[in-house]
Amino acid sequence: MSSEWPLWEVFVRGQHGLSHRHVGSLHAPDAEMAINNARDVYTRRNEGVSIWVVKAGDITASSPGDKGPLFEPSNSKVYRHPTFFDIPEEVGPM
Amino acid sequence: MARAATDDTALFEYALRLGDNCLILGHRVSEWCGHSPVLEEDIALANVALDLIGQTQLWLGLAGEIEGQWREGGGRSADDLAFLRDAGAFRNLLLVEQPNGDFGKTLARQFLFDAWHNAMLGALQGSADKRAAEIAEKAAKEVAYHLNRSRDLVVRLGDGTAESHSRMQRALDDLWFYTGELFLADEVDAAMLAAGIGPDLDDIRAQWDAEIDRTLKQATLRRPDSGHVQKGGKRGVHSEHLGYVLAEMQFLQRAYPGARW
Amino acid sequence: MYAQMVKTEADRPRTLEEMDPQERAFQERIDAGIKIEPKDWMPEGYRKTLIRQISQHAHSEIVGQLPEGNWITRAPTLERKAILLAKVQDEAGHGLYLYCAAETLGVSRDQLTEQLLSGKAKYSSIFNYPTLTWADIGAIGWLVDGAAIMNQVPLQRCSFGPYSRAMIRVCKEESFHQRQGYDIMMKLCQGTPEQKAMAQDALNRWWWPSLMMFGPSDAESVHSAQSMAWKIKLNSNDELRQKFVDQTVPQAEYLGLTVPDPDLKWNEDKGGYDYGEIDWAEFFEVIKGNGPCNRERMAARVKAHEDGAWFREGLMAHAEKQAERRRNAAA
Repeated sequence: MSSEWPLWEVFVRGQHGLSHRHVGSLHAPDAEMAINNARDVYTRRNEGVSIWVVKAGDITASSPGDKGPLFEPSNSKVYRHPTFFDIPEEVGPM
Repeated sequence: MARAATDDTALFEYALRLGDNCLILGHRVSEWCGHSPVLEEDIALANVALDLIGQTQLWLGLAGEIEGQWREGGGRSADDLAFLRDAGAFRNLLLVEQPNGDFGKTLARQFLFDAWHNAMLGALQGSADKRAAEIAEKAAKEVAYHLNRSRDLVVRLGDGTAESHSRMQRALDDLWFYTGELFLADEVDAAMLAAGIGPDLDDIRAQWDAEIDRTLKQATLRRPDSGHVQKGGKRGVHSEHLGYVLAEMQFLQRAYPGARW
Repeated sequence: MYAQMVKTEADRPRTLEEMDPQERAFQERIDAGIKIEPKDWMPEGYRKTLIRQISQHAHSEIVGQLPEGNWITRAPTLERKAILLAKVQDEAGHGLYLYCAAETLGVSRDQLTEQLLSGKAKYSSIFNYPTLTWADIGAIGWLVDGAAIMNQVPLQRCSFGPYSRAMIRVCKEESFHQRQGYDIMMKLCQGTPEQKAMAQDALNRWWWPSLMMFGPSDAESVHSAQSMAWKIKLNSNDELRQKFVDQTVPQAEYLGLTVPDPDLKWNEDKGGYDYGEIDWAEFFEVIKGNGPCNRERMAARVKAHEDGAWFREGLMAHAEKQAERRRNAAA
């Protein structure tokens, strides 16, 4: 019987309040064991305070072919960045 | 405030017992490194061994500190205690020196020990000896995780395939008669209990029983019948296996006396 | 290196002009330093070569646990025991990261394991040498990890995203490995005459195999040229080997040890050391399976895998039962 454990993607939130970040993947028979394994594999150096695991097969990813239509339109919206606006220095911090 | 000398020899013994359990089990578990059934498990088990070696340093360090009160030239270091005592001076339980066997036996041994260890450390956090209480507090967090993990795996393997079930049952049956020693109180345990340093082993047994029964039920495994109890580890009378563990572990220190590494 | 001889599919790298538009766009992205991600289009040769390279690298980490693991139960102090165990555990972790990186290319862990255990896949020649004394643990950390780091640091910039990210993690974790090895050597060299002799003996045995880790001279290798064009190999074998020798010889001198090469001497003109001829016949024998420990290493991995089958199956069966129970409870 070939019974390869499914692949899980692992996300860890670090000490400093940042969002969970993808750190890698591993194999485990189910979600609970994936969490345990993630603790042992990906937080050996005190890296995390919270772990998420997601079955790799359950992730829906954007297609690389759509990169243009998905991401390029935002290139032209320069006014969304604070540096777009010139504010005189004497106005103070803003 | 000076404690009576008898208390301190008992405390020395007590710290040795706790330290030697960690040392010998840590050694056994570390034998799996590079040989486990799956990479993820190899890594997890190494963490358990690392925790136990760290706890060894603390308990044997405490034993040496206490020994310094009467030993000429000061108490022995944790390393000297680990590497330069012969088997008869080791105080670990027979359970932890048993060979690894298959992975199921290793996990069953771990679970039986973790359930005891966890209850012990829980109680020792309230120890009248500050140093013991501090070590227990640090170790308790590590061991709570060990227990979660070994319990979880025992349940899964017991309630897995027919083969995993029968391997786990066999492992329990094989190891069971080493578990009685976990709760056999002798004069050291009595002195520690009287001094408020160590727990009542009857209380520990009650917690252990509840844990074991709950888990085995979930694992669809049968609790072996209590019969004859193998004992002796706590006073230095061991199984044949310990001599080989020490021959291997102490080889360099014995072959090159006085060398520093 | 950990991936010493990786075959590519090409007989020579093609020029941009010879490529079809898709491949050309791919090559131009690599040239521009843009990472290739698993779902991006890639030439079949790139995919296959990467699978070979990453899996060789992963297998090396896994087999590499064995020679060092050999001394965990005999480490001379509690601290040394813990450090060595943590290090060998790291190797397992690195193997795991790398297997996962390979899996993004459409190959499964089971397939990769099968390739290793059947002898189809290669791993680094270095791990087929025995660890006979405690000093070998020092020598491996110092020399073998030193050589590995030399290769892995540039690979952090390789063109394939998951491989590059795995390398970043590996390099971060590995930084203590070489130091712990050198620390063991220092202690031995400051110790008794017997300990110092042990250290010299380890250097004698590990020096040449360490130089072989970088692989044969790749001056004429078509595979290297292609891999370099794809930026999955960033330096030539000889270049890295030279760098390693130049870095390591002064470290040996500091220890008061003699590098076992009578031809070793400083070459002012090139600003590096000249070193003697490497015994490539030995290297190819080890690669073929005739090193001192090839059989033991393979046997240990096969045993771990076979003995563990019931465990992996038991856990999978339980997970399926639980899922089934949850479905029934919800119905």
